[in-house]
Amino acid sequence: MSIEIPGGPPPVAFYNNPKVRSIVYQAVLFAIVAFLVYGAASNAIDNLQRAHITSGFGFWNTTAGFDISQTLIHYDAQVSTYGRAFWVGLLNTLLVAGLGIVFATVLGFVIGIARLSQNWLLAKAAGGYVETIRNIPLLLQLLFWYNAVLKSLPLARDSIVIAGGAYLNNRGLFLPKPIFETGFAAVLIALAGALAIIVFFGLWARRRQQRTGEQAPIVWIGLALLIGLPLAAFALNGSPLAFDFPQAGRFNVSGGIEVLPEFAALLFGLSVYTAAFIAEVVRAGILAVSRGQVEAAYSLGMRPGPTLRLIVVPQAMRVIIPPLTSQYLNLTKNSTLAVAIGYPDLVQIFTGTVLNQTGQAVSVVAVTMAVYLTISLATSLAMNIYNRRVALVER
Amino acid sequence: MTMAEGDLAVTELHFVRDRAIAPKPPPAAMTGAFGWVRANLLSTPFNIGLTLAIVLLLAWAIPELIKFLLVDAVWSGTDRDACREIVQHREIGACWPFVWERLPYFVYGSYPIPQRWRVDAFFAMLAVGVAWMLWLEAPRRGLGAFYFFIVLPLASFILLHGFPLIGLPVVDTVLWGGVLVTIVVASVGIVLSLPLGILLALGRRSSMPTVNLMSTLFIEFVRGVPLITVLFMASVMLPLFVPQEYEPDKLLRALIGIALFASAYMAEVVRAGLQAIPKGQFEGAMALGLGYRQRMRLVILPQALKITIPNIVNTYIGLFKDTTLVFIVGIFDFLRTIEVARIDPKWATPVTSTTGYAVAAMFYLAFCYGMSRYARAMEARLARGDGQ
Repeated sequence: MSIEIPGGPPPVAFYNNPKVRSIVYQAVLFAIVAFLVYGAASNAIDNLQRAHITSGFGFWNTTAGFDISQTLIHYDAQVSTYGRAFWVGLLNTLLVAGLGIVFATVLGFVIGIARLSQNWLLAKAAGGYVETIRNIPLLLQLLFWYNAVLKSLPLARDSIVIAGGAYLNNRGLFLPKPIFETGFAAVLIALAGALAIIVFFGLWARRRQQRTGEQAPIVWIGLALLIGLPLAAFALNGSPLAFDFPQAGRFNVSGGIEVLPEFAALLFGLSVYTAAFIAEVVRAGILAVSRGQVEAAYSLGMRPGPTLRLIVVPQAMRVIIPPLTSQYLNLTKNSTLAVAIGYPDLVQIFTGTVLNQTGQAVSVVAVTMAVYLTISLATSLAMNIYNRRVALVER
Repeated sequence: MTMAEGDLAVTELHFVRDRAIAPKPPPAAMTGAFGWVRANLLSTPFNIGLTLAIVLLLAWAIPELIKFLLVDAVWSGTDRDACREIVQHREIGACWPFVWERLPYFVYGSYPIPQRWRVDAFFAMLAVGVAWMLWLEAPRRGLGAFYFFIVLPLASFILLHGFPLIGLPVVDTVLWGGVLVTIVVASVGIVLSLPLGILLALGRRSSMPTVNLMSTLFIEFVRGVPLITVLFMASVMLPLFVPQEYEPDKLLRALIGIALFASAYMAEVVRAGLQAIPKGQFEGAMALGLGYRQRMRLVILPQALKITIPNIVNTYIGLFKDTTLVFIVGIFDFLRTIEVARIDPKWATPVTSTTGYAVAAMFYLAFCYGMSRYARAMEARLARGDGQ
C-alpha cells in the first residue's frame, strides 16, 4: 500500500533533486579522475619519449648481466634474463616470508600466552618485550641486527665452530649440506606411509572414542610411527645420506649450505617484530573467550590442559585468525625492507637493480605492485571464505 | 535483694557468644610479600622453573645493558681514539661523545647553521599545536584545530622553506635532515591523512556507485602493496606523471607517497568507527531534516571520531615508525643521519653503530610509547563513558 500524495511529487527544483545531484557529483568526480589519469598518462608518454625509453616488457627476455647472492633456482648472470631475475627475487621473498611466518607464529603464540600467565614475572617480561619491540621501527631493528650484530661477528679465519660441523662468521652461517644418495626415496616413502597410517588411525580412534568414550594414545603412537618408520627404512637401506661439511679456509668457508647474514638478519628481525604483534592478537583472542566458558569446563570436571585445548583455543581461534592473517600479510609486505640491508628479495632485485639497469619505471613498479596486490587479495579472499564458515550462528 | 543478685550471677554465665571474635590473621605464608611471591611466582614446579629462567635472563641482560650504556661508556673525547679499546686499554661501552658531537646533525641535518632558529621555532609551534590537540580540557579547542590543521602547516612551510619577501632565505629541502625531516614527514602524514581518510571512508560508505567504487579501489590498492613500493612509485613515477618543468622535489614526492598511504589506512579506521554508530543516529538526524553534510558534520562524525581516537593514535604510531622508510628513497631522516654518521671514519669504532642505534631506538621508543600510553588513556576514558 502506498500513500498517494495529492498533486504528484512535491515541487523541488531539479538542482535540489537528490537523484540529479547524485548523478552530477558522480559525473564531476569521474571527470576529475579521468582528467588526472589522462594528464598523468600523456605526461608519462611525453617524458618517456624525451628520455628515449619505450615502455613495455621487451626487457623481460634480455640478459640480465648482474649477479644475485642467493638463488633458489638456477641463475647465471651471463645467460639468465631479467625475467629469470624476477622469479629468483620472488622466490627469495616467498622463502623469507614463509619461514618468517612460521617463526613469528610460534614466538608470538608463546609470548601472547605468557602475557596472560599467572606468573607475574613472566607476564611482565612478555609485556616488556611486546611494548619495546612494537614501538621501535622495523627498519631500525633490521639495521641493528645486520650492522651491529651480524657484521661484528668474527672474520672467516676465526669462525665460531658450532657442534655438528657448522661455522658462524661475519659472512654468514655455514651448515652441513645433506646429500641424498640412491635409496633415500625409500625413506620418503616410509614417511608418507607413516602419515597415511596416522590419518587412518586417528579417524578410527575418534570413531571409537565417540562410540565408547575410550581415548587412544594417538600422540605417542603417531610420534613413534612418524620417527620409527622412516628411521627403519633409513637403516635397512644402508644409511643413504651423506653430508657435505663446510671447510674453513683462511678467508672464507667453502662448501655446505650458506645462510647469508642478510637473510638471517631479515628473517630474525621480521620474526621478532611480527611476533610482538601476533602476541597481542593471541592475547586479545584468548581474553575474548568469556571466563564463564572456562568455569563451566572446570565445573564439568575438566582439567586445565584439556580445557585450554578443547574449550578455549577453538573459540579463541575464531577471533585470532582474521587479524593473524593480516599480520602475515604485514610480514610479507615488510619483507620488502630487505632492500635496506641488501637481501636479494623481489624489491631489491627487481625494483632496485632491474629498474636502474633498464629505466623501465612504469612496467617494473607495476609488476611489483601486482605481485603484492595478488598476494594480498588472494589472502583476503581466503579470509572472507573462512570467516563465513566460522562465523557464529546466533540464535 | 540477695536472691536477685544471685539470679543475675546465674544469668551472666551463658555460653552463647553474642559478639564475633576478631578473625585470626591468615597464615604468614599466604600474606604479605612472601604470600605474593608464593602465589605469583612459585605456585607450581613449572612456575618455579619459569621464574628462575626469567630471573637468570634478566640478571644477565640488565647489568649488561647498564654496563654498556653507563658504566663502561665513554663520556668525553674528540675523536674515535676516545672510544677504542686498543687505545684506552679497557672495555668500552657506548661512545657518547660521538652522539654529542653529531647531535646538531641528527636534529637539523645539513640545515644552514645561521638559519637553525627557524627549525627550533617550528618545533615550538608544533609542540603548542600538539599539546592543544591532545589535552581534551584545553580552552578553545576549535581554534586549536584551526591552528593545527590550517595555520600551522602554512606557517611551517613559510618558516622552514623560506619566503624571501619577509627576509627568510629559501633553504632547499635537500639540506633538511635528521629529526626535522622525521617530524615533518610524520606531521604532514598526520595532518593530511585524517581529512583524506575521512573523505575516503565516507566515499566507501556512499551509495553513489562511482564514488564507492573509486574509494574502495584506492583503499584496497594502497593497503595491498608495501609502503616501499608506494614510495618507489612516488619517487620514480611521479616525475613521469607531471610535465617536466614541474618536477616535484624529492622530499615532496615522499610526502605525497606517505600521505596517500596513511590516508588509506586511516580510511579503514574511520570506516570502522562509522560502522559502530547505531543506525538510529542516522535516522534520527534524517528525521530532524538534516541534509547529508549536516548529518555527517553535526551528528555522525563527532561520535564516530570520538570512539575512533585510540585507533587513530595507533595509526599515527604506525605512521611515525613508517617515516623511517623514506630513508630508502634517499631522504635524510633521523635514521638516515644516524646511518651516515656511524660510518664516518672520524668516529669509526666497533661501538659506534650500536651507540647510534641505541640513540635512535630510544628516540622512537619514547615517541611511540608516549603515543600508545595516550591511546590507552583515551580508551580507558571512553570506557568510563565520559569522553566529553
